Amino acid sequence: MAAGDFQVQLISPAEFAKEKLLALQEYALLVGQSLANLFRRPLYVTDMIQQADLIGVGSLPIVILTGGFTGAVLALNSASTLSRFGSLTLIAQLVSVGMVTELGPVITGLMVAGRNASGMASELGSMTVTEQIDAMRALGTDPTKKLVTPRVVATVIMLFFLTIISDLLGLVGGNMVSTLLLGLDSRQYWTSAWQSLVWRDVTTGLIKPVLFGFVISTVGCYFGMSTRGGTQGVGRSTTQAVVVASVLILVVDFFVTKLLIALLGYR
Amino acid sequence: MPAPTLPLETPAADARQPSAEAIRFEDVSLAFDDKQVLDRISFRLAHGETKALFGVAGSGKSTILKLTLGLMKPDSGRIYVLGQEVTQMSEKDLFTLRGRIGMVFQESALFDSFTVRENVAFRLIEDGNIPEDEIERRVREALSFVELEHTVDMFPSELSGGMRRRVAIARAIITQPEVILYDSPTGGLDPVTSTTIVELIVKQRDVYKTSSLLVTHRLQDAFIMATHYFDRKANKMLPLASGARCEVPITFLILREGKVIFDGDLEELAKSKDEYIREYIS
Repeated sequence: MAAGDFQVQLISPAEFAKEKLLALQEYALLVGQSLANLFRRPLYVTDMIQQADLIGVGSLPIVILTGGFTGAVLALNSASTLSRFGSLTLIAQLVSVGMVTELGPVITGLMVAGRNASGMASELGSMTVTEQIDAMRALGTDPTKKLVTPRVVATVIMLFFLTIISDLLGLVGGNMVSTLLLGLDSRQYWTSAWQSLVWRDVTTGLIKPVLFGFVISTVGCYFGMSTRGGTQGVGRSTTQAVVVASVLILVVDFFVTKLLIALLGYR
Repeated sequence: MPAPTLPLETPAADARQPSAEAIRFEDVSLAFDDKQVLDRISFRLAHGETKALFGVAGSGKSTILKLTLGLMKPDSGRIYVLGQEVTQMSEKDLFTLRGRIGMVFQESALFDSFTVRENVAFRLIEDGNIPEDEIERRVREALSFVELEHTVDMFPSELSGGMRRRVAIARAIITQPEVILYDSPTGGLDPVTSTTIVELIVKQRDVYKTSSLLVTHRLQDAFIMATHYFDRKANKMLPLASGARCEVPITFLILREGKVIFDGDLEELAKSKDEYIREYIS
């Protein structure tokens, strides 16, 4: 084989399935450990607060921007359809329910996944390939307690609040489009938006970020801790973490929505 | 290079068991995919002894250190460290045992988001029960041992390779471990810095009588260790008198294709008639 030749290695379906099952097993073990660590000392509260600052406060600018523009574009798009039926005043309800139950949690989750799952994977991946994780174990510290659990707790808590902020900014964006571009009354918009929400909407909209936060942090940490192959491996882990976390958010969203509709009923 | 100031410390001998061995490998085997890395390896490290591991790249030297620490599990065989069988221990129990073992990793493995102080004090901080001023005192002592007190607030990225290696040694010795594992401590360093590192290892060996397992590619490092001693009065490494033996036993272990082909002292190594060994040491 000459220098510069590119070789593709094919693996059998059985090998592929084995690899994926092993990965799933390792992921499940990491998830189990990260939850079990919540009931074991030490708790690394300082690390949790640090991560909460990095994940929560650090993600605030993008969450504000995406929330605001998502609400604005939702109002804009729905305006053209609603005006055909003379129901332009329903915009507030549409934006409100859409943002709170679905778009707020999902878009915020995807933004945080892109920013933080990649950050976790690259940071932990770099530590893995430079033997810092081994050094931590050699020094008597459990890396899942010190590194993984604080990130999981911080992401779950912060995504909950970031989603609330995103929902609010979405309503603000919708309000700006409604009043500035469509000529609707602002007070009527907010009254309508508020009155259209029922408890099951809010419950749905706040359960989802808890699950999404768990997915983002565990996937990011899993790919980081299982990195192999030097800097190339770190790059691969980072990309995979974002892709898998994003896809999982959408999959979890579907099943959680279905489950909550079954439990809480339709609007 | 001026000799580092010797901190007032007592040797760790009183923490050791009198006659038991520090490390024992019994028929240990390990394979990665289809490659047999270790094939029924057996050896022992007595208390206070230093053993230098040699072998070509990929012969399993670093793997032996990771197996000793329980960072990996062998496919078969048993490993005893300080009287405890690590092959059967859970990760939780291993954390307790690892408190008695220090390790210097190949590329130092310093935590790059921590300062030198936080790196060296890591184990003490994690303990949670040691007062801040005690931690500060012990960090200063450990850094003065490796002559890097002035780097206490620096980050690893601001240090040279040799300095990072010395900080890694300080981190390994701060709790006065009974066993120290060195993974290529002079790897990638220039000869002058390598000699500095070797001097620190010899000092640790002779002053604290710590049992050590040393993986190295440089034969000259092990030969220096076998033919020199640390003089506490002069506070520097000096050559042994001709014909004199090192007070602390130093032995050599050579690996080839996963097997131990030599395990003995310098004299036995020099007299060996094995062609591979003669070529290796020539």
